[in-house]
Amino acid sequence: MKVVLQNLTKIFPSRNKKVDEEVVAVNDFTFEIPDGKLIGLLGPSGCGKSTTLYMICGLQKPTSGQIFFGDDDVTELAPENRGVGLVFQNYALYPHMTVKQNIMFPLENLRGEDKLTKEEMISRAYEAAKLVQIDELMDRKPSELSGGQQQRVAIARALVKMPRVLLLDEPLSNLDARLRLQTREEIKRIQRETGITTIFVTHDQEEAMSISDLIVVMKLGVVQQIGKPQEVYDNPTNLFVAKFLGTPPINVFKGYVENGKLYLSKAEEKPAIEDDAAEIVTENANAIAPSMKPGLCVLDVPGIPDKEVYVGIRPEGFVPNPNGKFIASLSNIEVMGRDVSVVCKHDAALSPIVRAIVDSDSQIDADAQTVAFSLKPHKVFVFDAETEERLYFEVK
Amino acid sequence: MVDSKQSWKAWLYLSPALVLLLIFTAWPIVNTVRISLLENYKSLAELGGATFNFGFANFVNVVTFPDFLTALGNTVLLCVLTVPLSTIIALLIAVALNSIKPLQKVLQTIFFLPYVTNSIAIGMVFMTMFNIIGTNLGSENQIVTTFGLINNVIGFFGIEPINWINAGSSYWANIAVLVIYIVWDALPFKILVLLGGLQGINKQYYDAAKIDSTPKWRVFSRITVPLLSPMITYVVITAFIGGFKEYSSIVAIFGEDMGPAGAGGRLNTMVGLIYDSLSQNMDGWASAAALILFAIIFVVTMINMYVSKKNTHY
Repeated sequence: MKVVLQNLTKIFPSRNKKVDEEVVAVNDFTFEIPDGKLIGLLGPSGCGKSTTLYMICGLQKPTSGQIFFGDDDVTELAPENRGVGLVFQNYALYPHMTVKQNIMFPLENLRGEDKLTKEEMISRAYEAAKLVQIDELMDRKPSELSGGQQQRVAIARALVKMPRVLLLDEPLSNLDARLRLQTREEIKRIQRETGITTIFVTHDQEEAMSISDLIVVMKLGVVQQIGKPQEVYDNPTNLFVAKFLGTPPINVFKGYVENGKLYLSKAEEKPAIEDDAAEIVTENANAIAPSMKPGLCVLDVPGIPDKEVYVGIRPEGFVPNPNGKFIASLSNIEVMGRDVSVVCKHDAALSPIVRAIVDSDSQIDADAQTVAFSLKPHKVFVFDAETEERLYFEVK
Repeated sequence: MVDSKQSWKAWLYLSPALVLLLIFTAWPIVNTVRISLLENYKSLAELGGATFNFGFANFVNVVTFPDFLTALGNTVLLCVLTVPLSTIIALLIAVALNSIKPLQKVLQTIFFLPYVTNSIAIGMVFMTMFNIIGTNLGSENQIVTTFGLINNVIGFFGIEPINWINAGSSYWANIAVLVIYIVWDALPFKILVLLGGLQGINKQYYDAAKIDSTPKWRVFSRITVPLLSPMITYVVITAFIGGFKEYSSIVAIFGEDMGPAGAGGRLNTMVGLIYDSLSQNMDGWASAAALILFAIIFVVTMINMYVSKKNTHY
């Protein structure tokens, strides 16, 4: 079942009647979710991702816009008639019922043609339980289960009535780190096995990237970017998306572009004449710490007009190179086995530290004052300093 | 933990409350047991130095006293009728109140009003409402016109006026009035407790039920009631305890005669019996009756606890 969201908007009225401060939770969301895919709605808290989910399941009414399941317009349909399964963040398992009763509960509500006999209900419940591997816990109460098991029960309860769409609200946020890794694989497996169109909400980019077929990045109610996780990671459309995806996070610098060349520096340090700057670079190369020198060209960025920019460089975009143009003062080196994380400082960076992930084979002198890198052009993103939108350049 | 050397301080701070408890709670209980076991006990005689035989004569006398069965029967009947009725009505009102948004606070206040009014005063209002004073009797003593509000209301629906509480009224008419009054009087506290319980139920259960297209009555019976069961248990137990101590409602409507004119004592209850014995200086009887009442309440509460434990699932 494909799900189509058309200009979906949700505005919450101001709580204080005197002050006219309505909150636009979701703003003009248009998206077609293909059939049988796993979609991750991703964003920081307050970005409207849960509101979007609740509008899809019908617990909240959109202010404007439409929702289609397949070709059916379900915008005005009550939640009970939409045929969706929802897994709540806290699972919302009925505490007074056993696992079996919890899973069977949605089936007992079926009326008319869909009405099932007791035996059918039990066999369906066991089927769903087997799918999430909790068929041995059927007679327990939710309080006798671990968080991960409760989560599975919640998924089984949502799946048992064979919903047209499965919705998961922060499904992993109540699990510990190890269980989270395990369960997200489970969710992916269950989704593949059932082929039900699944939408899940998370604020954890790693979670979203690892299991989604498509991710939707949202910020303050506005969709920022939609795409396959790797595409979004490799090609963020704006600074927010670039910053939100990736662990460790992307390194952001202030910089400017002149004549198709990218410089890192604070704007006020920008030299009046580029040629002079070049001279300073050559003359004083050994005198002052290289990163202190303004206006050192780090990359050719043909196609970008002269302007102030933000520069995002992925940690894996640094290649140790004694002749590299990106020079920073070295803080320390963290060895992580396969990789080495080089922590350094750079004046133009927006964060106190700059982190580069390099191959453990590369030799870096831990006692050195400075470290030099060359940059992988496809790991460097340039954003307009005002709009924070991506500025594209030709990668040679 | 308090250091043992310091513990005298703890006792010192506790002493005012302890002394009051010993004088006004512990000693009366012990004394009640003592008096109930002394045959032909008279408090004035005891002050004069008389001694009494130890024995169970008081208990035997109370149990074999003809009015005892009347009182016990009335008490049990009122309990059995009012406790389920008031609990169910309170539950329905609480659920209804909880599910409406506009006027919720106003209605909540209105439903709570009986709780803060004097039950004797309310009893007198009920007495007036059910009265047939001012009635014109036609031939064969038929009630033709009446000032009683209730009779006028039911008359509007074409029902014959009923002699509720006046001389010549039937026992079941009396009981009906008492049940209405006791239920009405018991509602506010129960609504308050149940509403508090309802508001403590996580809204997500209802969202989950909605998504699973659960019909309303099933949401009520399968989710609300089970999740509210601890509160319901509490309300039922306190209602039974209160019900077995029923007395003031009857005094309020029928006066100290405990019955309509000409049939005094017909509506007596256990507590009424205890008061009667006391007023006739039969302290031994009163003590024995009080202990019997205590035993009954104790057993009923135990049964309540046992049943509710079997039905409270988490």
